[in-house]
Amino acid sequence: MDATLTQYVPLWLVVLIKSAIVLLVVITTFAYSMLFERKVMGWMQLRPGPNRTGPWGLMQPAADAVKMMFKEDLTPDTADPLIYKLAPFISLITAMGVFAVIPFAEPTGDGWFGSIGDVNAGILFLFALSSIGVYGISLAGWASGSKFPLLGSVRSTAQMISYELSMSMSVIGVLILAGSTSLMTIVHQQARIWFVVPQLVGFVIYVITAVAETNRAPFDLVEAETELVGGFHTEYSGLRFGLFFIAEYLNMITVSCIATLLFLGGWNPLFGLGFIPGIVWFLAKAALFLFFYIWLRTTLPRIRYDRLMDFGWKVLLPVATLNLVVTAVVISFMGSQG
Amino acid sequence: MARKNLFNVFALVRGFTTTLSYAFKKKPTIEYPTVKKQHAPRFHGLHELRRYADGKERCIGCELCSISCPANAITVIGAENAPSDRRSPGERYAARYEIDELRCIFCGLCEEACPTDAIVLTPRFEMADYRRGAFVYSKDRLLVAPSEGVGTPPDERPGGIPADLGMVSNKKSTVDITAGYEATARGKYLKEHRRGLAG
Repeated sequence: MDATLTQYVPLWLVVLIKSAIVLLVVITTFAYSMLFERKVMGWMQLRPGPNRTGPWGLMQPAADAVKMMFKEDLTPDTADPLIYKLAPFISLITAMGVFAVIPFAEPTGDGWFGSIGDVNAGILFLFALSSIGVYGISLAGWASGSKFPLLGSVRSTAQMISYELSMSMSVIGVLILAGSTSLMTIVHQQARIWFVVPQLVGFVIYVITAVAETNRAPFDLVEAETELVGGFHTEYSGLRFGLFFIAEYLNMITVSCIATLLFLGGWNPLFGLGFIPGIVWFLAKAALFLFFYIWLRTTLPRIRYDRLMDFGWKVLLPVATLNLVVTAVVISFMGSQG
Repeated sequence: MARKNLFNVFALVRGFTTTLSYAFKKKPTIEYPTVKKQHAPRFHGLHELRRYADGKERCIGCELCSISCPANAITVIGAENAPSDRRSPGERYAARYEIDELRCIFCGLCEEACPTDAIVLTPRFEMADYRRGAFVYSKDRLLVAPSEGVGTPPDERPGGIPADLGMVSNKKSTVDITAGYEATARGKYLKEHRRGLAG
């Protein structure tokens, strides 16, 4: 890895190669996080989980993919065909796009390692894209031309707005501490102490809102099976349903990565464990977060919708605001030392 | 009170520890096709027509099993034994003996009704097939092959029979299963004597 390498390879090629690698890794991670979830949920429910396809069920994602691909792709008569067909792609593209700015490890000088692109307002880019992702769900529900998807999409819109507010508030606390919106800088600032320590309240709020943002149990009211059949994806089948599925899990991975970057120190190792490479630290922390997600899903029942709103507006938002104010006041008195 | 429950952190912690501890518990799952469960000694499964030690069929074609059957699953057509070719020790034997295992409720009343202990229920249960006709078991699949001894009555199964007696549906049938239900004696009879749904 010498710095001269980038002088011979054009930048667009470097970006292309890195994108391909990240895409491949992310899709594989999606596939196996799905298996991981089914396994962990199985264990917690006293079942062995999928174990018929290949050793330990390791070929299950491949089997699922084949199943999805060969299912019939249905479009209801009442649907708006163009938007109906477009919606899954909106979800997927935004879910994948965020990986462009996530730094996975300490960048090397020649730009071959780290993230695909180090945007200096990376965190804004992340939130902008994930906000657009809501459109995928909303439009899917709207364009399905059917009752339950519409209810699901209305729920998703309301839920996203109310929880994204608190989420942004919790993240701003970190931004104040780091004094930057660049994800690289934020991670570098955490070399001394992970932001989870000074921003514990913000971290807790982030974790809760992240679950709501990704529509996962116990906040999965958007697709609440018991009430809305399948929520926004009721009418979807085959590959298009699969795309929503991928998007949901990619979002899970994304928020895990963001939590790792903002609060758990990114690729910074624990004290005295610096010999383990940074990428391993990063992935381990993200995986831990993913595990927490699954653990949460098996533990808590789905929250009622009015309580979700109640909790979001009357509890999370005030606490997040207070946290933000306190952080800002403390920082302004201490100077920007962190 | 939503608030009270949401802020009960101890309850949350207990919930999370409970689910986590369950993840490490021993799973009660029996991985069926590869691991098979031991049955109760007198498990009611697929029927079997037994023989005497000299190879003669126990069934005398009395049709008591057919009469006792609450599901109307058994069809017996008896015939006189010819002196030259005695199938059973009695006067009559079952020329045709068919059990529709799809109708059967595996209650074992046929077994109780049988005066000669000819029909018994074995612990075999893996009868799955793709065609309905294949579930009509005729004598060739029910009768114990002469090479396989006389068959065991349930009363004489100390400790039960091992769970895995093999797949039974792979045996050949004299009933033309491709011709469907009407190829069976029961199907023919129902077609001639009754109207409406034949099976």
